[in-house]
Amino acid sequence: MSKILIRGAKVLGGEAQDVLIDGETIAEVGRNLSAEGATVIEAEGQVLLPGLVDLHTHLREPGREDSETVLTGTRAAASGGYTAVFAMANTFPVADTAGVVEQVWRLGKESGYCDVQPIGAVTVGLEGKQLSELGAMHESAARVTVFSDDGKCVDDAVIMRRALEYVKAFGGVVAQHAQEPRLTEGAQMNEGIVSAELGLGGWPAVAEESIIARDVLLAEHVGSRVHICHLSTAGSVEIVRWAKARGIDVTAEVTPHHLLLTEELVRSYNAVYKVNPPLRTERDVLALREALADGTIDIVATDHAPHPHEDKDCEWAAAAMGMVGLETALSVVQQTMVETGLLDWAGVAERMSFAPARIGSLDNHGRPVSAGEPANLTLVDTSYRGVVDPAHFASRSRNTPYEGRELPGRVTHTFLRGRATVVDGKLA
Amino acid sequence: MKRHLISAADLTRDDAVLILDTAEEMARVADRPIKKLPTLRGLTVVNLFFEDSTRTRISFEAAAKRLSADVINFSAKGSSVSKGESLKDTALTLEAMGADAVVIRHHASGAPYRLATSGWIDSAVVNAGDGTHEHPTQALLDAFTMRRRLVGRDAGLGKDLNGRRITIVGDVLHSRVARSNVHLLHTLGAQVTLVAPPTLVPIGVETWPCEVSYSLDDVLPKSDAVMMLRVQRERMNAAFFPTEREYSRRYGLDGDRMAKMPEHAIVMHPGPMNRGMEITAQVADSDRCTAVEQVANGVSTRMAVLYLLLGGSEPAVTTTPAATRTEESK
Repeated sequence: MSKILIRGAKVLGGEAQDVLIDGETIAEVGRNLSAEGATVIEAEGQVLLPGLVDLHTHLREPGREDSETVLTGTRAAASGGYTAVFAMANTFPVADTAGVVEQVWRLGKESGYCDVQPIGAVTVGLEGKQLSELGAMHESAARVTVFSDDGKCVDDAVIMRRALEYVKAFGGVVAQHAQEPRLTEGAQMNEGIVSAELGLGGWPAVAEESIIARDVLLAEHVGSRVHICHLSTAGSVEIVRWAKARGIDVTAEVTPHHLLLTEELVRSYNAVYKVNPPLRTERDVLALREALADGTIDIVATDHAPHPHEDKDCEWAAAAMGMVGLETALSVVQQTMVETGLLDWAGVAERMSFAPARIGSLDNHGRPVSAGEPANLTLVDTSYRGVVDPAHFASRSRNTPYEGRELPGRVTHTFLRGRATVVDGKLA
Repeated sequence: MKRHLISAADLTRDDAVLILDTAEEMARVADRPIKKLPTLRGLTVVNLFFEDSTRTRISFEAAAKRLSADVINFSAKGSSVSKGESLKDTALTLEAMGADAVVIRHHASGAPYRLATSGWIDSAVVNAGDGTHEHPTQALLDAFTMRRRLVGRDAGLGKDLNGRRITIVGDVLHSRVARSNVHLLHTLGAQVTLVAPPTLVPIGVETWPCEVSYSLDDVLPKSDAVMMLRVQRERMNAAFFPTEREYSRRYGLDGDRMAKMPEHAIVMHPGPMNRGMEITAQVADSDRCTAVEQVANGVSTRMAVLYLLLGGSEPAVTTTPAATRTEESK
């Protein structure tokens, strides 16, 4: 493999340095490195980050290849600066056996655009009744360590307790989709002023917060760690903050859309804004940003949820929930966290690469940008301003809430183990 | 000139008064030997009903026919809709058939708004009830009924409902009738009070331009009109209230309670009534109950709406974007 010299990039937003990639590894980081025998990328003014890691991606394969495949999803991921994604288990069939997780893992290997780490279902068929063979999935070639019934909540307290306990045997973690099912029957949007006016079924904040409160206490009781998916309310932030202060081993994620968008958008009845958990209020958005800044929320995860056009081009109640996010995540974080002064780029690296890799026990991602480390890197032109045009997405689906919106920043290069998957903003 | 009637909140005071005045003109047609105007001759009105509602459908049908429009009734049952045809495809089909107005009833809140704003069709869209969102023509016919009874048939022309105290009782949470009435009555200057058990009042109601009370007996003496909403017995199974009997006792209107109302006050009901649940037979059959009148007024009011949307030359029903609408109503 050839050498690549990235010249003059601000490593994690700091001083401009040169980074020399040799083969699959970072050979050297410093000033005025020799370009001899290397392809040079002039990166002056750009920010160099460790390859991004998404702990929460729906790749849809197997089963819903009309909305996304492992190949198209990983292409979207690379475009967005990701070098590893965790694939959620709610596929058809559900990823609740070693066979299915190995299939997804193998498809990821074949895609070549980013590493795919399958997530295993906590319970058989996501039904919340019987534990899946968690150990078998961990021992499979896919080496599953993150388990989630995402899309559904593990609402039975005993099943949740057992899952939290059981995965300790092999260092696993349960990622909870916190949604009390009875409180959210028929839920269509955040419950509050707007739902009252629009006559849409309410998804109350308490349905999320009550599960999080229960689960952090369960985690404390059994001495396990627990991860909270797509935290969306100010109240959830307070509970996680309390739990961390108490020493409970809890981590939490927030999606880009919950950092930027509010329920006011639902007034359009445009189902592109329909997502689960739903868009909340301005107050929630500000609390989530603050929590991401102060570390209460550990990571940004996309909850990239592709859906075919017909599942969104319809009346609100009939529409599917979810938004694509891989290709816009970093831009949204730049706008909501960096340009507001809440986070610097080192903070972004922590929340979009180091911490998600750590939570998911992914050893070769989320590594420092220094000599001897795997060359998983993302180069960002932070001065770029552009209008989101879903026609240019690599994802098979177009259900973005940002269409027509101006967002800052553009991934110019992504390197997966030294190989460029994105060059000059285009998939290689 | 507005092209659609989606929400009662889209109507200004002048829009609403014009519709009510026009409805009075239309009502006179009903007194003629030949109950028909040539106004909408050659135009096609489609009644697109995704949800069963014979009463509302025949009301719109009668209204359109009295204006000489051609009427197509498209019901979800027995059509391709029940086989999974999308709202979009249904709309495109109707457009291809040359619909000038689509009167839509849909179980999903926002479906008429989507139909009017998605670019699928060019025709005027009239919301005939969407989910638990709105039912603007019901609110208009209610306001028409109130104005006639409380202000006067001729004396009411050009007037609104300024200062009238209107009480709406029952399942506000699931009621599109309540939502539309709150908007419209507020626009017309009335003071609205919602009365319901707390379980049937939506979270977020505090921003609505009305009062909320949990006690019917407290509000009755201060009401010029009391509107009883239909309460589905099944709500009890979702623990909105303990039993039918308890609901009736606390929130039902019987003769004794009616006696607490001012003498001029009327009892309204959008129908169909659950006799013995929210209203007793004694009240329902009394002179003070306008339920049957409301049905007749419904035809006149819907004639006015169709006329103003399709044939009327004066600005009547305008379209304000949803965002503006809500800022105004805050």
